[in-house]
Amino acid sequence: MLKFVIRRLTYSIPVLLGILLVTFTLARAIPGDPCLAVLGERATEAICEAFFRRNGLDQPMPIQLLIYMRNFLQGDLGDSLRFHRPVMELLVDRLPTTVELGFFALLFAICVGVPIGVVSAYRHKSALDVGTMIGANIGVSMPVFWLGLMLAYLFAVLLKDTPFALPPSGRLTPGASPEPFYLVAGWYAEGEEPLGILRFFSRIHTLNAILTLNGELLVDALRHLILPALAVGTIPLAIIARMSRSSVLEVLNQDYVRTARAKGLQERVVVGKHALKNAMLPVITVIGLNFGLVISGAVLTETIFSLTGVGRTLVDSITSRDYTLVQGFTVVIAAGFVIINMVVDILYGYLDPRIRFN
Amino acid sequence: MAKVEPATLALSEDYRSANLWLEALRNLRHSPSALLGSAVIGALVIIAVFAPVFATHDPIQTMIGVPGETGRLPSKPPCIPILGCEDPQHILGLDLNARDLYSRVIYGTRTSLSVGVITISLSIFVGTALGITAGYMGGRADNVIMRLMDVVLAFPALLLAISIVTILGPGLTNALLGITITFIPQYARLSRASVLSIKEQEFVVAERALGASPLRIVLAHILPNAITPIIVQGTLGVGTAILDAAALSFLGLGAQPPTPEWGQILSESRNYLFTSPHLVFFPGIAIMITVLGFNLLGDGMRDALDPRLNRN
Repeated sequence: MLKFVIRRLTYSIPVLLGILLVTFTLARAIPGDPCLAVLGERATEAICEAFFRRNGLDQPMPIQLLIYMRNFLQGDLGDSLRFHRPVMELLVDRLPTTVELGFFALLFAICVGVPIGVVSAYRHKSALDVGTMIGANIGVSMPVFWLGLMLAYLFAVLLKDTPFALPPSGRLTPGASPEPFYLVAGWYAEGEEPLGILRFFSRIHTLNAILTLNGELLVDALRHLILPALAVGTIPLAIIARMSRSSVLEVLNQDYVRTARAKGLQERVVVGKHALKNAMLPVITVIGLNFGLVISGAVLTETIFSLTGVGRTLVDSITSRDYTLVQGFTVVIAAGFVIINMVVDILYGYLDPRIRFN
Repeated sequence: MAKVEPATLALSEDYRSANLWLEALRNLRHSPSALLGSAVIGALVIIAVFAPVFATHDPIQTMIGVPGETGRLPSKPPCIPILGCEDPQHILGLDLNARDLYSRVIYGTRTSLSVGVITISLSIFVGTALGITAGYMGGRADNVIMRLMDVVLAFPALLLAISIVTILGPGLTNALLGITITFIPQYARLSRASVLSIKEQEFVVAERALGASPLRIVLAHILPNAITPIIVQGTLGVGTAILDAAALSFLGLGAQPPTPEWGQILSESRNYLFTSPHLVFFPGIAIMITVLGFNLLGDGMRDALDPRLNRN
C-alpha cells in the first residue's frame, strides 16, 4: 500500500510543476499593460518603471519563473495588484465561502444521489426507476447559472411570505457579524492577529457556528446556503445517481450476489453487505471527478448569489488584469484539484487491491 | 455427427454478413432515448436552418418607433396563445431593448448548435491525432503528449476556458477555441487507449510485416477500430460544449451583444429576474432541451454501439 501511495505521489509532481508553468505563462500572456491597469491611465513612465521593479516584472522571464516557483513553495503568492494585499491573505478570506458552498453542494449530491441510484437499480424498470432516470437526464442538461436564477426566483419571489422563503443573496443576514471561535474561546484578545488557518476556519460560518454553539448563526448560514448549494449540487447529483444505478445494476447480476441469495441470506444482507460495497467503487471515482464540476459551478453561482468566494473574485480579477491574483488563485484551485484526485485514487487503491498491483 | 439445421445456418450467415454499422443502426432504432434524442436534434437543426421562417421578427431590431408597436419599456410580459393571451404579436414578450425574445431564442439555436458541433469536431480531430501519435509511437512522444494532457486535465474545464478566453480576448470564436482545448485530452486518452489495444493484434502486426506504412496502418486499421467510443463520447460532449459556451457568454466572455445567443440573453436579463422572469426562463429552457437532446442520443448510441454491453 505504501509503495502505491508513493508511486501515486511522485506521479503528481510533474503535473503540479506543469500547472505552475502553465499558470505563469497564462498570467503573463494576458493582454494589456498591468501597470496601466493597476495605477490607471495617467501613470507616467517613471512611475511604471518603479512599479515593475517593485513587483519583479523588470527581470527576464526565466528569472521571473524561478522567483515565482521559489515563492510558491514558501507559500508566498505575491501581492494582489488590485487589492494591494497578499494573495494568500485574500485566499484565506475568500476560499472559506467556496469551500463551504462546495462541501454542502457535494453533501447534497451524495446524500440524495446515492440512495436514489441504489433504489432505482433495485427496483429496475419500475416507475420510480424510469422517473429517476428522466430526472437525472434533465438534471445534467441544465445550465448551473440558469438553475440558480430560477431557484432564486422561486424561493425569494414566488414563495415570499411563506415559511419556505429563502434569501437569494449573501452568506448571512446583512449586519450580522459572528464572533470567531478563537475569540469566544479566549485564545486571542480582541484586535490580535490570529493564525491564518484559524481565520480560515472561522470564516466557514457553519463550522464557526457549531464551534461557538451559536444556533441562530447556524440557521442563518444554512438558510443562505440552501439555494446556491442546490444549484451547484444538482448536476453532480444527477451524475452520481446515474452512476450508482448502473453500478448497482451490474453488481446485482454478478455470480457472488446470486450465490449469496442462494445460500439463503436475507435480502438486506445481500444488498447491504455484498452488493453495495462493491458497487460503491466506481461511485467514489465519480464523486472525485465531480470536484471540477463543483468548482466550475461555484464560479458561476457565486456571481448569481453575490457570494465573495474565489470564483467570483477570480472572474472579477481577470477583467481588471490583476494577474498575480489570477495566477495565485488558479494555481491553488488546480493544485487542490490534483490533490483531491490523488486522494481519490489512493482511496480507490485501498478499497480495490487489484488497482494497487496493476 | 451433429447436424446443423439449414434454417439456423442461413440465419447465422445472414447475421455475419450484416454490416457492423447497420447492426448499430438497428440497435439505435430500438432505443427510445436515441430516438427521442434524434428527434429533438432533428427539430433543432430544422429550426436553426430555417430560423428566418420560424422567427416572427428581426432578432436584433428594437421595436421602438416601429409602426404598430408600442415599444413599451421595460419588457412586456410574455403573451402565450395557449394560456389565453389574445395578442400573440410577441409570444415570448420583448426583452430589455424592446427586441422580440421569441425571435432571439429562435436565432440562438444557430449559434449554440454550431458552437457545440464545431468545438467537438475540432477537439476530436486534434485529440485523436495526438492520441494516435502517442499510442502508436510510444516512448518519449507518448510521455510528452500524455503528460501535457494530464496538465490540461488538472484544471477544472471551465476555469481553463475562462483563462484562455481572457488571453485571447472575449468573443465567440475565442470562446470556441478555449472550450476546444479543454476537450482535447478526453479524445487523446480514448484514442490512445484504443491504439494500444489494437496495435499488437495480429492483423496489424501482419500488415506491418507486409511493409505497410504507419499512416496506412493508422488510417485503414486503427482508426476504424478506435472510432466508436470517440463518436459516443463526442455526441455526449456536444451537450457539455453548449453548456460551457453558454456559461462563458453568461460571464461576458463569449458571444457579444447584440448577437442572439442563449447564454448572452441570460446574462443581459439576469438583473431583471425579479421583474421580468420570462427573459431568464425561456433561453434557459432552450439550452436545456438542446443539451438534453444530445445527451439522450449519446446515451442511446453508447448502448447501441458498445459491444461490451450484452443486449440480450
